Amino acid sequence: MENQTQVLEPKIITKKERLSGAEAVIRSLLEEGATLGYGYPGGAIMPVYDEIYKYQDQFTHILTRHEQGAIHAAQGFARVTGETGVVFATSGPGATNLVTGIADAQIDSTPLVCITGQVASHLLGTDAFQETDIIGISTPITKWNYQVTKAEEIPSVIAKAFFIANSGRPGPVLIDITKDAQMGSLDFSYEKCKGIRSYVPKPEMKINQVKAAAELINNAKKPFIVMGQGVIIGEAEKELKDFIEKAGIPTASTALGLSGLETNHPLHVGMVGMHGHYAPNIKTNDCDVFIAIGMRFDDRVTGDLSRYAKQAKVIHFEIDPAEVDKNVKTDVAVLGDVKETLTALLPLINNATHTKWHQEFKDLYAIEYDKVIKPQLEPNKIGLTMGEVIEGINKETSGEAVIVSDVGQHQMFACRYAKFTNTRSQVTSGGLGTMGFALPAAIGAKMGAPDREVIAIIGDGGYQMNIQELGTIFQTKTPVKIVVLNNSFLGMVRQWQELFFDKRYASTEMVNPDFVKIAAGYDIKANKVSKRENLRAAIREMVASNESYFLEVVIEKEGNVFPMVPTGAAVSECRLS
Amino acid sequence: MEENKTYTISVYTENNLGLMNRISGIFLKRHINLESITASQSEIKGVTRFLFVIKLSEDKVRKLVGQIEKQIEVIKAYYHTDEETIYQESALYKIATDLLFDDRQIQNIIKNSNANIVTVAKDYFVIEKTGRRKETEQLYNELTPYGIKQFVRSGRISVSKEAMNISNTLQNFNY
Repeated sequence: MENQTQVLEPKIITKKERLSGAEAVIRSLLEEGATLGYGYPGGAIMPVYDEIYKYQDQFTHILTRHEQGAIHAAQGFARVTGETGVVFATSGPGATNLVTGIADAQIDSTPLVCITGQVASHLLGTDAFQETDIIGISTPITKWNYQVTKAEEIPSVIAKAFFIANSGRPGPVLIDITKDAQMGSLDFSYEKCKGIRSYVPKPEMKINQVKAAAELINNAKKPFIVMGQGVIIGEAEKELKDFIEKAGIPTASTALGLSGLETNHPLHVGMVGMHGHYAPNIKTNDCDVFIAIGMRFDDRVTGDLSRYAKQAKVIHFEIDPAEVDKNVKTDVAVLGDVKETLTALLPLINNATHTKWHQEFKDLYAIEYDKVIKPQLEPNKIGLTMGEVIEGINKETSGEAVIVSDVGQHQMFACRYAKFTNTRSQVTSGGLGTMGFALPAAIGAKMGAPDREVIAIIGDGGYQMNIQELGTIFQTKTPVKIVVLNNSFLGMVRQWQELFFDKRYASTEMVNPDFVKIAAGYDIKANKVSKRENLRAAIREMVASNESYFLEVVIEKEGNVFPMVPTGAAVSECRLS
Repeated sequence: MEENKTYTISVYTENNLGLMNRISGIFLKRHINLESITASQSEIKGVTRFLFVIKLSEDKVRKLVGQIEKQIEVIKAYYHTDEETIYQESALYKIATDLLFDDRQIQNIIKNSNANIVTVAKDYFVIEKTGRRKETEQLYNELTPYGIKQFVRSGRISVSKEAMNISNTLQNFNY
């Protein structure tokens, strides 16, 4: 069967040139405005790399130290820019090493185009050297994938790939190109994809849905908003702010929605979820109208679904129809692009302040501050806490930095304590929870936002999962800042072992190497602090550096992240200790 | 818990490589077993129609259909109860030829079940029966004492009573 997807024929016939398939790959990327890619060469993708070499004045290729590093770097780039990240890998192990990143991008809706080399088409299915069925492997974790076996397919398939990756709800696309297709030739002309008949990127806004939502909101006494990454992806930060300010609604964020609204906004009431803030978790089960905007009710957000916001009317602003009623039954679904739907909503909303309702959030925050936040920020124990490190970074960067976090306790501390003033400042692996994400993602984030301070915050476990990417930093001289919060434990798993497995610390204690020496080997400036009195100065020195910088902070060994909604509990059963 | 029922999921797709894998993966991810699968050309040129039969609660079927429809090359997906469709299955039974002539009863079974003899060879003959599951099963049971050399039944094929309007969906695509 051929590719019969109906794409409209190009209306403008551009001048044709005879190119190789491999050259057409690079030319197509340039046509899409992609001038940066991450990857790792190998046999089946060598023709493409040969063209990368020839086009090096127009197209920059970053050689990572592992394909997983390449794809996480592309994710970091995509998350701070909103542009599509580009990844190259060879067939077989090159392609399979992308799998974790593809799955991560799929669940966190990150636009990527991954180009993998494949054995020559006559060898397909023969168990040839470095042959793997990456189309079969990647199918459940890609928004779309396609195997190219003929050179002439390349321009139209890459055009489709970019269109699919970064329209509607974004996601990763994988294009597998056989070596003979790379080496074959074609008459090259390029037309951007404008539509695919079987694909509706965003449902058309229905004004009746918006009106129904407005009515519920206007009649609410205790309205509550949870915003997700959809607000950032949909570039609706301003529309969201206009709406919440007019309606006076307390607004919380999911982990991935953070930075879509500045942390110090008076209506921002923190993060929801397992390690979210106390007030928004408690108030989820007390509000009368729950307004979800561009979020998908992940289980880490909702806890026990049967006891989640049951008292409330639920409004869901969402671009992906499959998300509506998936986990939480909605009363009003407002389908469409959130920028359009919020714009349509604004004039229908009455001015309100909900002062008393707001005070209830403040009262709960005061409890959380006393029991959890103050002991983190002003500890009266010797060991350093993760919270005070994040707070130090807030102070030294004035909340202007892009924070790239890995997965585990430090991630939750980063989400809870980091102060964001700009959107697209929070890059983390939320849905998949990929340890090893942050170091390469920070490289991509820095390349995507070269004028911004980019700080990777990583645990000692996750750091060692992709530590080889220090080599990429060394070679490219990318000035990322790396903070490793070292408690010599896989801290989050240890916390669960402490709380739910009678402190049987099975395989969570880590004997770590000298991280400062390792950084030195890569010629990265490095420092290590273990005393409170040295912390701020160390952070200051790191932020002041124009080059990459590694800071290891020795953290108390057995610190825990609280509040916590234990698995199976309702969000309102949020524990403070 | 909502009650499980038999549903037929109809999926109209582009005729592209790998789509079967992509759609069946949606069932696999949710640990859902399929009763039957059929794929064929649909009423529209170049558009494939998949039919999946599953036993599930309506809530789960609705979510599944949403996930299926979300796939790029899926044009539209629907689900229907048995009452909302006209459906059939087809079965083939291969039996030794001598029985056909030596045992008058077999001829009666074939006649009474409205089955057709597809072919008669020297050693075997093949009966075809199209109908509901009950009917093909009944014929199977009746023929079993005579020795069925081979038996195969197709997946369900069905058309919905309501209009599906795929052509309209496709016509509305204009860029």
